[in-house]
Amino acid sequence: MNQPLTLLQKIWNDHVVAQETGSPAVLYVDLHLVHEVTSPQAFAGLRQRRLRVRRPDKTIATADHSIPTHDRSLPITDEMAVRQIKQLEDNCREFGVALYGLGSPHQGIVHVIGPELGFTQPGRTIVCGDSHTSTHGAFGALAFGIGTSEVEHVLATQCLLQRQPKTYQVRIDGRLGPGVSAKDIILALIARIGVGGGTGHVFEYGGEAIGALGMEERMTICNMAIEGGARAGMVAPDDTTFQYLAGRPYAPQGARWDTALARWRQLPTDPGAIYDKSITLDAGALEPMITYGTHPGMGMPITSQVPDPGALSDPTQKAALDKALRYMALQPGHLLLGHPVDVVFIGSCTNSRISDLRLAAQLLRGRRVAPNLRVMVVPGSQEVKRQAEAEGLADVFRAAGAEWREAGCSMCIAMNGDQLLPGQYAVSTSNRNFEGRQGKGGRTFLASPLTAAATALSGTITDPRTLVN
Amino acid sequence: MPQFTTLTSRVAALPVNDVDTDQIIPARFLKATDKAGMGVHLFADWRYAADGSPRADFVLNQPQNQGAQVLLAGGNFGCGSSREHAPWALTGFGFRAVISTSFADIFCSNALKNGLLPVVVDAQTHRALFEMVEELPQMEVTIDLAGQTLALPTGQTVTFPIDGFSKSCLLQGVDELGYILGFEPQIAAYEQARVP
Ligand code: SF4
Repeated sequence: MNQPLTLLQKIWNDHVVAQETGSPAVLYVDLHLVHEVTSPQAFAGLRQRRLRVRRPDKTIATADHSIPTHDRSLPITDEMAVRQIKQLEDNCREFGVALYGLGSPHQGIVHVIGPELGFTQPGRTIVCGDSHTSTHGAFGALAFGIGTSEVEHVLATQCLLQRQPKTYQVRIDGRLGPGVSAKDIILALIARIGVGGGTGHVFEYGGEAIGALGMEERMTICNMAIEGGARAGMVAPDDTTFQYLAGRPYAPQGARWDTALARWRQLPTDPGAIYDKSITLDAGALEPMITYGTHPGMGMPITSQVPDPGALSDPTQKAALDKALRYMALQPGHLLLGHPVDVVFIGSCTNSRISDLRLAAQLLRGRRVAPNLRVMVVPGSQEVKRQAEAEGLADVFRAAGAEWREAGCSMCIAMNGDQLLPGQYAVSTSNRNFEGRQGKGGRTFLASPLTAAATALSGTITDPRTLVN
Repeated sequence: MPQFTTLTSRVAALPVNDVDTDQIIPARFLKATDKAGMGVHLFADWRYAADGSPRADFVLNQPQNQGAQVLLAGGNFGCGSSREHAPWALTGFGFRAVISTSFADIFCSNALKNGLLPVVVDAQTHRALFEMVEELPQMEVTIDLAGQTLALPTGQTVTFPIDGFSKSCLLQGVDELGYILGFEPQIAAYEQARVP
């Protein structure tokens, strides 16, 4: 009998082109996603070496990080952003890469459009010069972020040098309670294992609670695998996956769909396969989560008190918490509930899909956001934007007093002018609360779309369970 | 890629854990379209005051650290984004090696591709190093990549792990792309076999 294999091992084995003893494997890449920030130096490298893009048909590009999310008919005022976007357009034209750029009806955050267009498929290896490439693992793909040198490698050869990562089984048993969503699962996991907890590993999420999640929620959980130190997160493909994919523009059609489906059904981890590490969480015990510090591991249930550095014995941990609380200007022992905020940001590749917007709209419908509060809703793609407008969600947001913007990364990374001012507090549905991530001196609380919407209504950090039943 | 064989240098100490790449180089500097010139933005938000003047209390601005080519950092260095701008900024500033107890995966891979050596030491050595730098800011360490050793001023030598393949790339100053290109026939055969 064959040795039982994990999902990761099956995909890995299927993509090793060559492997010399002692060297990393030459791993084939099925899909390469490109964006404006991490690719210019890679294309420049190709030009220098007089190389072509080996498989333009397996490469797609979009502009998402540095583009403005205001009215697209207005000119872009940031000259460097203009240059970067123009560079991407020129590179794509010169090297024959399909670009879903500004003006394309499919433009959007790279990790939103890949799945949406059906490029993201089970069993594929997917890379992008962006750490949140882990998002695509929700489909049972091996998807991870790479650096710009590696972007150049993949452009030139469609391959990467990689060592096989270890496997980390993350079981989420039970069912989520009302007001608790996928974002809370991943924030709870990271709070538990720490931001370095998954280093060298790939998470494979499973268990009852994961099976019950839709594809977009699975993407939220895989998206933040990197925040737990893992380069990738995966969920075994199942009927939820196949239903999502069926009929997508670049998903296989007809007889090829049937062949693909038969192949995809072989992917889930075999019974008896061994993981290098395992952890189990109980979904039923989870509460809405919020971060209080300056990395995603500094998170807690929303009803908890800010931890006290004085209670920590490890001096470096104590120093880290001290530094974080000083940056956040928070007092140990205090509740975050009721803490005033200046901005609520609903968006990013973590939580800007239609299901996220539906959750937020559900709380905002027929209500007004707090006065003097800036609430930004930034859809992940033009497609999400159209859908939200068709469903009337955009009207809900606008009527509530929120800004309804164009698709892009926006205040998740604050490269495009959407940013916090020094000292401002934001509840954000994005994935990183690092110092200055959302604008120099800005302070970020990471939370779910439900928590963000509940906070938007009161202007202070609010437990969404007080509004949903 | 720049070669790395041995290095003797003073050490700049940054005793902060989980330093993310947004701190190493904030996102607003990522709009550049080439690799050069990132060094001045290294740790920009920690290094400069609001008016752009250097903060005297930040480690890289202290006179004894000018010219240091080794950064001694806290655990889990380089977490967060995949931006290769982080090693470009570090090498642009003049660093050739970073010592820590652990590195985030993508950072480590990016660093190795830019001649920046990640040196992993155990917690005890790590602590001892911070103490030594504190006591004797002018002290030097010597890193020998071939022997995978880090020599401390006390005369003590510790070994560090490194992937054998990356090590030989660094020692010879060759980059990975050439290696992968050598597999062209295998890549073509693989593609051929997979066409449905
Ligand atoms: S939304 Fe944020 S995390 Fe996602 S790709 Fe854009 S910048 Fe990166």
